Amino acid sequence: MNKNYFKILRAGINTTFQDGGRKNLYHIGIPFSGAMDNRNYLLANKLVGNKLESPVIEFAYQGPLLEYLGEKINIAITGDVNFIIKRNNSKIDGVCYQTFEIESGDKLDIISTNKSVYGYLSISGEFDLKYQWSSCSTNTKANIGANEGKKLNVDQKINLLKINKNLNSKKLNYVNTRIENIRIIKGTNFDYFSKKGKDLFFEKEFTISKLSDRMGMRLQGSKIENIVNTNIKSEGLIKGAIQVPADGNPIIMLSDHGTIGGYPKIGVVISADYDKLVQLTPGTKIKFEEIELSSAESLYKLYELETQNLISQI
Amino acid sequence: MIKNISNLGDAALYCDFGNEVNQSTNTEVIKYFKSIQKKNIEGINNLTPSYNKLIISFDLKMTNFKVIKKIVENLNIDSHDELKSKKIEVPVCTHESFALDISRLEEKLKINRVKIYENIFKKEFFCYMTGFIAGMPFLGDLDINMRVNRLDTPRVKVPKGSVGLTEQFANIYTFESPGGWNVIGNSPLKIFDSFNEKDPNLINPGDIVTFKEISKDQHQNFNE
Repeated sequence: MNKNYFKILRAGINTTFQDGGRKNLYHIGIPFSGAMDNRNYLLANKLVGNKLESPVIEFAYQGPLLEYLGEKINIAITGDVNFIIKRNNSKIDGVCYQTFEIESGDKLDIISTNKSVYGYLSISGEFDLKYQWSSCSTNTKANIGANEGKKLNVDQKINLLKINKNLNSKKLNYVNTRIENIRIIKGTNFDYFSKKGKDLFFEKEFTISKLSDRMGMRLQGSKIENIVNTNIKSEGLIKGAIQVPADGNPIIMLSDHGTIGGYPKIGVVISADYDKLVQLTPGTKIKFEEIELSSAESLYKLYELETQNLISQI
Repeated sequence: MIKNISNLGDAALYCDFGNEVNQSTNTEVIKYFKSIQKKNIEGINNLTPSYNKLIISFDLKMTNFKVIKKIVENLNIDSHDELKSKKIEVPVCTHESFALDISRLEEKLKINRVKIYENIFKKEFFCYMTGFIAGMPFLGDLDINMRVNRLDTPRVKVPKGSVGLTEQFANIYTFESPGGWNVIGNSPLKIFDSFNEKDPNLINPGDIVTFKEISKDQHQNFNE
């Protein structure tokens, strides 16, 4: 019998368990997966005193409504999220990047993300989850990982394997920044596109379409004209690669992306901008800017340093 | 042999084995893939072999393009590694409800559906690679008169089990997924098993695959 558990009263739009993701499986067709916004994922774990790579609950737009039953635990939510904790007849307004103690009977209502897509819920303890290939990240396309590889569903129970009895309250002063200027490195098929197509790609804004999820982000705007071939021999893809199919509308590969693709790649989003990119909501207008590999490497070092600084402030 | 190495973004190496897509180029790619996989090089976190390319992804926290490029350029590839291969028969139902793009193919190829299916069911296919989605095999080679491009706009959902054609290849969608291949039928066979962590793929690079026609009833009552 599990004495500590959450009951899901509302599942939210796309609520899954995620961790650092899976490695070395691209060759059989399994992507990294893992938390979309890596920085916010790590911060969530640090706040509740867990190992940084512990599983958390990731939600998108509308989060879950959870009832907690069991011994006191701490929770933390990262991202830009509106949430409340209901206790008896009172209501506690939630604040991101801060631990909250919850007790049996409390209801945690993760109402919505605010001008962003993903948020993270961590607990001072460990969820009881199934690991596949050393990760519990849920890949709903291949039905791999925790919760039978599926999104969380209403009326389900989430059992806790263990909890941490020492509850330390923690807080971090941090505000997520938005970027709408996405820096990229030229892709291996950059010259498949016409001079005009390339110019439009860097000069015009693209709107993030509603048909975006953990696999990819579809963009709408100027059509990028291909003058060589609208197909390439299918080859490996990576996170952040921007494919342009024959219709001229770019698609950016995200964490659950197909491992192989046959559309020409005009560019690849730099690693330093990935966490910010995935947080942009449908309807947002973005612009691409080209940078060199060496600058991308320096920017990543800087981004990583910033993340480590934030972690050490907790 | 690798003809050219470039960077794909800031965290991957793009190794090009030449423009030719044939079984001998592909065998070279697979040899490099297996050699690098065995060496467990620090920082490398994924390898994606395809027809004529090998993409090596690495963790930018631990290493960078220059370092990995140098390692790959100085690799000794074990040319004695033989590809282990097996033969697999895949049942396919070509009922209209499954063959989503057969009319488009008839139009594009100027061949009627009877001849299209005849061609596919008599052929032995070679598995070049697996991926896109978990376990999806890329099977070649279709005859030259049977080759057609992907759909201009990929489908948001291609049904699980769909058998698709594009250019010189056939594939099988192991899950419902977005995709742009021309779908000609559906197989009830389990191609990918996520509970078998050691060997999840029924079809692996180097294997030989044939398709066998089954009726809609057989498809519905298929029992592995």
